[in-house]
Amino acid sequence: MTKCYFDHVATNPLDPEVLNAMMPYFKEDFGNPLSVYDLGMRARDAIEKARTGVATLINAKPSAVVFTASGAEANNFALRGIALAKQNHGKHVIVSKVEHHSILNSARFLEKNGFVVTYLPVDKHGLVNPDTVKNSITKETVLISITHASSEIGTIEPIKEIAKTAKENNIVFHADGVATVGNIPVDVNDLGVDLLSMAAHQFYGPKGAGALYVREGLRIVPLVYGGIQEGGRRAGTENVPAIAGMGKAAELAKSELDKRMEHSKKLRDRIIEGILKIPNVYLTGHPEKRLPHHASFVVEFIEGEAMLLMLSMKGMYAASGSACSSKALKSSPVLLSLGVPTALAQGSIVFSLGAGNTVEDVDYLLGEFPPIINRLREMSPFAKGWGKGFEGHGEGEKCYTG
Amino acid sequence: MKFVHGVKADITADIVYMMCPMHLLKLDEMVRSLENGQVLEILTDYDGALEDIPQWCVRTGNEFVGMDEDEDYYKFYVRKAGNVQ
Repeated sequence: MTKCYFDHVATNPLDPEVLNAMMPYFKEDFGNPLSVYDLGMRARDAIEKARTGVATLINAKPSAVVFTASGAEANNFALRGIALAKQNHGKHVIVSKVEHHSILNSARFLEKNGFVVTYLPVDKHGLVNPDTVKNSITKETVLISITHASSEIGTIEPIKEIAKTAKENNIVFHADGVATVGNIPVDVNDLGVDLLSMAAHQFYGPKGAGALYVREGLRIVPLVYGGIQEGGRRAGTENVPAIAGMGKAAELAKSELDKRMEHSKKLRDRIIEGILKIPNVYLTGHPEKRLPHHASFVVEFIEGEAMLLMLSMKGMYAASGSACSSKALKSSPVLLSLGVPTALAQGSIVFSLGAGNTVEDVDYLLGEFPPIINRLREMSPFAKGWGKGFEGHGEGEKCYTG
Repeated sequence: MKFVHGVKADITADIVYMMCPMHLLKLDEMVRSLENGQVLEILTDYDGALEDIPQWCVRTGNEFVGMDEDEDYYKFYVRKAGNVQ
């Protein structure tokens, strides 16, 4: 059976070159990077080489990159670390409603510990309005954290404008770059961010490796206490193979970025064009300002999970919302924040593309997906009279407009 | 403890919130980079530095100029002595 992986925002396969770069640190070069003898030095050198690779990808100084075990850890570290370091100056934090759970749940943790958090609304495409950010700033605001792009709806946020506002008000600005680093050009200096989270497995690196860019001179309270790894900012013996893999993946992403983007964008546009021909299916996220490898929709009258199961029976793998909320079978808070009605939000489906996908894969999907939808709608008690569209949105409305 | 105010440092190492023993590693690294007679300012919130930094100076022969306090961290001043490090 044909196998098509359309879930690259969940994770990516490891690039064979990345695996090769990791192997010595699983085997002969297994030393602890803090050890003084040559075995330790080789592990230490591997980490520093990886740090340079990651720093080059985002145009940062290597010393500003702190390795973590995941993008989620980097997000936790940024929010909690900056809020705690700045709490004597103020206890107000601003995030958006389209953040990943690692940001939203960190924000809730801060609320339980005496901070006030503003959750910014977004427009029908999931965009944060920089003016809304400006109007939400108070004398107490110490941190603003906005995702660079949502992995659920693909919308790329106006990070540069928001960073400018933060800087003008002397507020630390963090961007969650997990969905963007390695997938679109990311330059921390051009964006003007103080902190940026990233995860290796989003750009063909291994799971278990992430990083937080921390602008030079910015104080941050550690999340993990212990030894002096990562310059005393993140304790724990380093996952040397994973970090070496992240460095190699970053080098490859840097050199192949344009090619990867062009390839994915072509396939993405083919998917969007094909799927929007199906009645009562709506694009979520921004029509243009979106990740080049991301196509997300809501399908009326049926449930995302059912579509995923039927697609997987045909050898196709996609997602319904973020990997986390999909598992919990709950309506996506991100889709609800766009104004998508709860029932429609249940019909969320996300196709995300990668280097391994081909035009043939996409054509296979476009051939198999409409009959799957028809079959599920035949079984759906909500689909009676579906040709009329949901209230206020009939045929022809191809981008969900709230 | 010797308290000082308004010491003019040649270089500052800000290691506030960084874990122990970064204060000693950074101290060693930064003092090596100084010329004889130059002063290092080291900013840290680590209480153990109150003992460790003066002791490190005694051990290495560098001069412990003194310390100052800011809102929520300490400032230590070390002058590099000749013929050591």
